[in-house]
Amino acid sequence: MNLILFGLLNIVGILLMLVIGAALLTWIERRLLGFWQDRRGPNRVGPFGSLQVVADMIKILFKQDWIPPFADPVVFVLAPAVVMVAALLAFAVVPVTPSIGIAGNLNIGILFFLAMTSLSVYSVVLAGWASNNKYSLLGGMRAAAQMVSYEVFMGLALIGVVMLTGSFSLADIVRAQQELWFVVPQFLGFIVFMIAGIAETHRLPFDLPEGENELGAGFHTEYSSMKFGMFFVGEYIGIILVSAMIVILFFGGWQGPLLPPILWFAIKTGAFVGFFILLRAALPRPRYDQLMAYGWKLMLPLSLLNIAVTGAVMLTH
Amino acid sequence: MLQRTASIHTEPPIARELADRFRSRFVKVQPTCDDIPTIWVEREHLRETLHYLKSEAPDPFRMLFDLTALDERMRTHRADQPESDFTVVYHLMSFTRNQDVRIKVALSGETPSLPTISDFWPNANWYEREVWDMFGVTFTGHPHLTRILTPPTWTGHPLRKDHYARATDMGIYDLSEEKEIAEQEALRFRPEDWGMVRQSESTDFMFLNMGPNHPSVHGVFRLILQLEGEQIVDVVPEIGFHHRGAEKMGERQSWHTYIPYTDRIDYLSGVMNNFPYVMAVERLAGIEVPPRAQMIRIMMAELFRIASHLVFFGTMSQDVGQLSPVFYMFTDRERVFEIIEAVCGFRMHPAWFRIGGVAADLPQGWDRLIGDFCAYLPKRLDEYVKLVMQNRIFKARTVGIAAYTLDEAIDWGVTGPGLRACGIDWDCRKKRPYSGYDQLEFDVPVYTHGDCYDRTMVHVEELRQSVRIIRQCIKNMPSGPYKSDHRLTTPPIKERTMHDIETLITHFLNVSWGPVIPPGEACVGIEASKGMNAYYLTSDGDTMSYRTRIRTPSFPHLQMIPLISRGAFVADLIALIGSIDFVMADVDR
Repeated sequence: MNLILFGLLNIVGILLMLVIGAALLTWIERRLLGFWQDRRGPNRVGPFGSLQVVADMIKILFKQDWIPPFADPVVFVLAPAVVMVAALLAFAVVPVTPSIGIAGNLNIGILFFLAMTSLSVYSVVLAGWASNNKYSLLGGMRAAAQMVSYEVFMGLALIGVVMLTGSFSLADIVRAQQELWFVVPQFLGFIVFMIAGIAETHRLPFDLPEGENELGAGFHTEYSSMKFGMFFVGEYIGIILVSAMIVILFFGGWQGPLLPPILWFAIKTGAFVGFFILLRAALPRPRYDQLMAYGWKLMLPLSLLNIAVTGAVMLTH
Repeated sequence: MLQRTASIHTEPPIARELADRFRSRFVKVQPTCDDIPTIWVEREHLRETLHYLKSEAPDPFRMLFDLTALDERMRTHRADQPESDFTVVYHLMSFTRNQDVRIKVALSGETPSLPTISDFWPNANWYEREVWDMFGVTFTGHPHLTRILTPPTWTGHPLRKDHYARATDMGIYDLSEEKEIAEQEALRFRPEDWGMVRQSESTDFMFLNMGPNHPSVHGVFRLILQLEGEQIVDVVPEIGFHHRGAEKMGERQSWHTYIPYTDRIDYLSGVMNNFPYVMAVERLAGIEVPPRAQMIRIMMAELFRIASHLVFFGTMSQDVGQLSPVFYMFTDRERVFEIIEAVCGFRMHPAWFRIGGVAADLPQGWDRLIGDFCAYLPKRLDEYVKLVMQNRIFKARTVGIAAYTLDEAIDWGVTGPGLRACGIDWDCRKKRPYSGYDQLEFDVPVYTHGDCYDRTMVHVEELRQSVRIIRQCIKNMPSGPYKSDHRLTTPPIKERTMHDIETLITHFLNVSWGPVIPPGEACVGIEASKGMNAYYLTSDGDTMSYRTRIRTPSFPHLQMIPLISRGAFVADLIALIGSIDFVMADVDR
């Protein structure tokens, strides 16, 4: 009985944390961008503007929920749901601490994570297609090519970690980093995974599917109200997810001295989320074909090299 | 001014050259107030004359600087000129001679027509469309003679003298539903009209309507892209959404009250727009501007060049996806505006220049205010160069992208930074110094590749040169009056009035009606922030201009977009648009 209750608490707790965290991130990101761009950012609602999230929520929920007459209504509604569901489901396998986490010990944890991130590609493609708008279509097309390609490198980058641990379970991977974080032996893997992760969440400099200077808003041009909000929240959950995965795979997850595990996990994840935002403040956007060339000509050989070297080192030991 | 009197009475060498070449007597030379040889030719000799000037003459006139027209039917002071209802004016420029020539053709009747010259100069295409739109002069052989500035549903030709000028002459405007639908239908793009096909053997093309509302077109500018995937097959630029009839307004405003309208032509460059206008009026009136006023003008114009270039630099980096630099550069621009506000009392459109000088003397402490800024900016620029120009992604997006050659640039009428990025050091401030630029030391930055990166680099270096010029202005600011004591300056000088009834009446008239500028024609061009901006004024001895022609740099620059972007990606087009540095108000006027 207690076990079930604890499990339920875990699920509800993580769900709430994620949604609230993603909502807060919209505010944190704008404040941080403001700080880096010599301006203030939202600072009027509540202490330091933190209630801006609530104000935005109210606004976005009360906006007219509009489906363009030329769109395919079923797919149009489905697309934003897919992105949020996929991102939330992926969190099921994330072991926050040894005790917190829904299915951290799942023996195919990494595969499940990869499967879920692959699913989120559908939402972008479907949104671009169902909107029946040329800009959305271009965005969807870019998204399909970009995310499918970077999926490949993401998967390959993880192989090294899996080889070292001998397990697909994320909890096992964290435990295997007791002595040494995998970022040291798997530095190449870390770099490739992080870049692929940014591409997966389509954030600057890989925000080509949205590319506001070129495509208006890309695949979500036609979306308004909470359906747009779901894309937005889905994107932020994606950022948290990728940051959490980096921490788990390469930075020892919840492990760390003195502080309780949950705090360590939060601090490390937060640092990467901050880094993502900093990237957005700093970098321009490459061109579509440059992005693909970069992926297939640089990232792919790098990740293959990483696997080969890891294998060779393991064989000699 | 001494030169002016001299040039009226001697025949310009180019006229003799033309007369020798064609062994005929069709050449008639018209004296004008500027130093530009003005030659009338017969309609049937137009094409061969222009062809000679462009391709055969030694040191040819390779650039079609401007092409415009004049409705002569109401003009009274034109005794020494050939009979004409409509005069079409071709303004050519030679870089090697550093000389201009103006060719005029007289046309008569209600529906005048001329052979096109768009096969000589590709940029004549839009100019001829504009002349057709505004004056109803048809150009036979033109590939696509349609309206360009007014909407396709417009009737009449606005710059004809019999066309109304005020909204109150038009009747009440009413947008009924049927009318709205008809207007929208008129804007529908039909590829066939432009000789485009909807599909090739292998694929159906996508026609993407970019603008008039789009984050990257910098205003209301419409581009219709013919796409194959993300690759551009062809582009049709459409302008005119920002057309306000600035040239027509010039015919209804007094010489003085037109100054604020000029600010709003290139709305990023403020008083830089006043510059060619007041200089052209001063040419007509024969006003000598005192040295202090000249130096103040240069200083303010350079400050506005900095403001405009900072906007360019920021938006350019934003167009390739960099979020932050635009905020830094707008913050710096704000500092420029603080200075401008302290001097002029206004920020973006100060309308600060006056006929004969400037509106007021510099305020106390101006030198420290501007000096501080000159010390501050170069350090910031170094950072921006590291942040933007040395960024690898920025380079990947701009180096070698959307390049054009020097020949193409000259053929299409490109001036300003876009021209200097192609390897020619053509800068009006150096080649044809005006207002005392020859007393100042500065370099003309030149780059050679003509791509997006080099165009941006030219802007960055010009920012440094502008700071250098301003520093010299602070150090060497002459003392003396800030306005000429000529009787035609505006507003007229108050001290001269209140002596007797005559002086009072003269002052009263010069304030209320404005000064009467002697008849004549003058065209003065300057190196504005975006290229060469020229005002070609025709006075008929009235308180208002008879014809105000504004030659803006952005107009030909936009016309070039299809040429450069064919075969490129959508993202390259965005980089190209960003690197052109245009303002839609400057294009449409």
